[in-house]
Amino acid sequence: MDLTLWTYEGPPHVGAMRIAASMEGVHFVLHAPQGDTYADLLFTMIERRDRRPPVTYTTFQARDLSGDTAELVKRHVREAVDRFQPDALLVGESCTAELIQDQPGALAAGMGLELPVVSLELPAYSKKENWGAAETLYQLVRGLLQHQRPGPTDHDPCAWRQQERRPRVNLIGPSLLGFRCRDDVLEIRRLLEAHGIEVNAVVPLGARVTDVERLPLADANVCLVPEVAEPCCNWLERHFGQPFTRTVPIGIGATTDFLKELHSLLGLETPDPREAQRQSRLPWYAASVDSTYLTGKRVFIFGDGSHALAAARIAQQELGFRVVGLGTYSREMARPVRAAAKDLGLEALITDDYLSVEAAMADAAPELVLGTQMERHSAKRLGIPCAVISTPMHVQDVPARYAPQMGWEGANVIFDSWVHPLMMGLEEHLIGMFRHDFEFVDDQPSHLGHLGRADTAKPAGTDLDAAGSEPDPAANLNVELQWTRDGEAELKKIPFFVRGKVKRNTECFARQQGKHQIDSETLYDAKAHFST
Amino acid sequence: MLTNLRKESGPREVFCGLTSIVWLHRRMPDAFFLVVGSRTCAHLIQSAAGVMIFAEPRFGTAILSERDLAGLADAQEELDRVARDLLQRRPEIRTLFLVGSCPSEVIKLDLARAAERLNASLSGRVRVVNYSGSGIETTFTQGEDGALAALVPTLPARDEPQLLLVGTLAHAVEDRLITLFQRMGIETVRSFPPRLSTDCPPVGRGTRMLLCQPYLSDTSRQLQARGAELIRAPYPLGAEGSRLWMEAAARAWGIDEPIIHATLDPLSARARQALEPHRQRLQGKRIVLLPDSQLELPLARFLHRECGMELVEVGTPYLHRDLMEEELKLLPADTRVVEGQHVEQQLDRVRQAHPDLVVCGMGLANPLEAEGIATKWSIELVFSPIHGIDQAGDLAELFSRPLVRHGALAFA
Repeated sequence: MDLTLWTYEGPPHVGAMRIAASMEGVHFVLHAPQGDTYADLLFTMIERRDRRPPVTYTTFQARDLSGDTAELVKRHVREAVDRFQPDALLVGESCTAELIQDQPGALAAGMGLELPVVSLELPAYSKKENWGAAETLYQLVRGLLQHQRPGPTDHDPCAWRQQERRPRVNLIGPSLLGFRCRDDVLEIRRLLEAHGIEVNAVVPLGARVTDVERLPLADANVCLVPEVAEPCCNWLERHFGQPFTRTVPIGIGATTDFLKELHSLLGLETPDPREAQRQSRLPWYAASVDSTYLTGKRVFIFGDGSHALAAARIAQQELGFRVVGLGTYSREMARPVRAAAKDLGLEALITDDYLSVEAAMADAAPELVLGTQMERHSAKRLGIPCAVISTPMHVQDVPARYAPQMGWEGANVIFDSWVHPLMMGLEEHLIGMFRHDFEFVDDQPSHLGHLGRADTAKPAGTDLDAAGSEPDPAANLNVELQWTRDGEAELKKIPFFVRGKVKRNTECFARQQGKHQIDSETLYDAKAHFST
Repeated sequence: MLTNLRKESGPREVFCGLTSIVWLHRRMPDAFFLVVGSRTCAHLIQSAAGVMIFAEPRFGTAILSERDLAGLADAQEELDRVARDLLQRRPEIRTLFLVGSCPSEVIKLDLARAAERLNASLSGRVRVVNYSGSGIETTFTQGEDGALAALVPTLPARDEPQLLLVGTLAHAVEDRLITLFQRMGIETVRSFPPRLSTDCPPVGRGTRMLLCQPYLSDTSRQLQARGAELIRAPYPLGAEGSRLWMEAAARAWGIDEPIIHATLDPLSARARQALEPHRQRLQGKRIVLLPDSQLELPLARFLHRECGMELVEVGTPYLHRDLMEEELKLLPADTRVVEGQHVEQQLDRVRQAHPDLVVCGMGLANPLEAEGIATKWSIELVFSPIHGIDQAGDLAELFSRPLVRHGALAFA
């Protein structure tokens, strides 16, 4: 028994729903009590979908348990097939139905339905949402394709050359309730198009059963969302010999690597590595002088495996941040995340307890958090800016505008959305340069209105706080401190939005020095002390 | 009595009783709701709460794992451990609700025994009670009924005369209602649930109670078993219903008619004024209420009688004939009332009738909007302060706003 207040992932049958709802012509009969129908709102409200997910719940009640729940399952299967006339049927059960052991998949298979029926086993007491999505996609693809047998040795990923056609690939993994999948698919399509590579099928997002049946026609597979696609890609490789890409194209380096990997799989010439500079603004924006202030900014990263790994690489290599925490709730991805953390000199945080993430975050004292909606709340509580990089989904994560994470445009989006929560570089420079100006002196109205008060200490880095090292305020707390008039006057010259922090730092320094009075000299001593 | 009443059975689309935790934990800030269930339960409450609440919530889930299913004796021990950890972490908690779920009901995990054991070991520091919010037994608002019914045995016994308002109300509404009752001369007015779980009202032979919510059948039965007398009335939704509800209490107290009139007439006049602009928008419009909160019948009565709406169909997940008696009398005799649900067939009827407004759960709203039908989330009606004569205008506004919005948007 584990105590959970908030969870990062739903149960595995919600993962199965994501696959069914992503596709056209696939219906899912879920043996579940009525409470489980809440899952519909994940799609209709969070994703703002204009139709209900294609799911028929049996919604059994306590009084049904003494009767024939098997007959109830069959009745719902029959009704669903008659009403929706799907091209394929998924049959599964939620946590409660698992306990009553009706085996709805076997029941449906025995009904003589004239359509493919895929029975799902979704162990609700040991697995979670992403696992359920991956398992469902794998079972569905395998169920629809296992009768096609070209044999693994026949497959030549370079066959497009002899057949005098363009190379083609499948994009596997994007689904509803996946982070920015809708836009990532568009972006990757464009990217591949620009390299003369065709997209054969996208599965499951928007796919029909016929698209799944066409999967073997591709030369290679792009494993776009490993959490969802990896078992499926593995099976396609074993069964049809189709190789697949391992790099998730999020960020400049990863997109470049992805292109290199895919080109090599397809026997294409290695693409020009300078493409990134031409196609994305991130490299130049990060190199421009305005970004100097980003140097060494301390970031804390937590999310699903793929996005956390991508974020760590971008943060460290492409924006010049310092990663001070890295973790994931995807246990399936624990190994690569641990390895990446080790490379950064960190120990990875593998947990699905958001409170321990919050504790680690507080401990690492970052200047920016890249996390999920849960970390956004924790960061807010701690007064740290945050950008959301990963599921679990929130209605905010389904923006109206085009906002991919992958490919060149994805890198642009990432630059903006990570950097904007921080104070802008130019602003910081100007504040440093003009901090003695009358505008920053007390009694002058600020454009920030009511926010322009001395106690509004913003956690932005300043000249007194360049290393981001917050001294321990508990040190020598018992010492009574007094600011001299001269010290106070000097303090007042400091812009209001950093004054609180400077005051705290200086007092702490004074305590460490055993001083009882703080004059302007102490203030400058403290400034020198904290500049590293 | 109703002539057009039917029962329907089939796939349902209704929240389970766990969802009521979302408003109960706000009512009683010194209580914690621990669901004993699955990952689905945790995910449900998180999703139903809509936004992740900024502060640490006062509800959580003890998620059953395979190990717990394998050995039920161990599950009891595990539950003790989780409850103790929780209370150590949250020392301010005074009442712990152990909430049964579908899985814990199916495996017959004995939460009553767990509560008893924890009560003994915590020796009065924290009171532990249990109820079921499982979806195989309860829908949506019935969770509140279960939670309150579980508290009834803990209420002190006292026979002093008092008016007990039963059912969660918004604080402001509650204060206002109490003021009005006292203005008419009913001195002792108490609420159940209280604002603090430790501040429970007494109950006994002097207790006469008004139900603020229509879904409290178990609670009301148990309070009656403790000596309380139920005052029958329509529910305090809309100016008319609220007035009848208040008058019923006043008459039970033998308050003189002139005092009742002097107190309530100005309120009724003001409500008519507040309702008028909404009535103009709603009059003649056709509405379907899909089954969700059991508030559907009183709302339909209000929308028909005070806002002039045409009732195409009124669904309710469960029809408690006894508690709804006064409401049913006020509905047009041919109102189509459907108890239970076959969600697909019901949606077919909605599409066919193409009403101007549908009151429904969150899973159905956007799909209906996409079909050009304005909707109102039924969950808003359990969260918003809508009870009482003074709130009649606000209540009507909840229904007129979707229509105003549909009229306001133009993309051509």
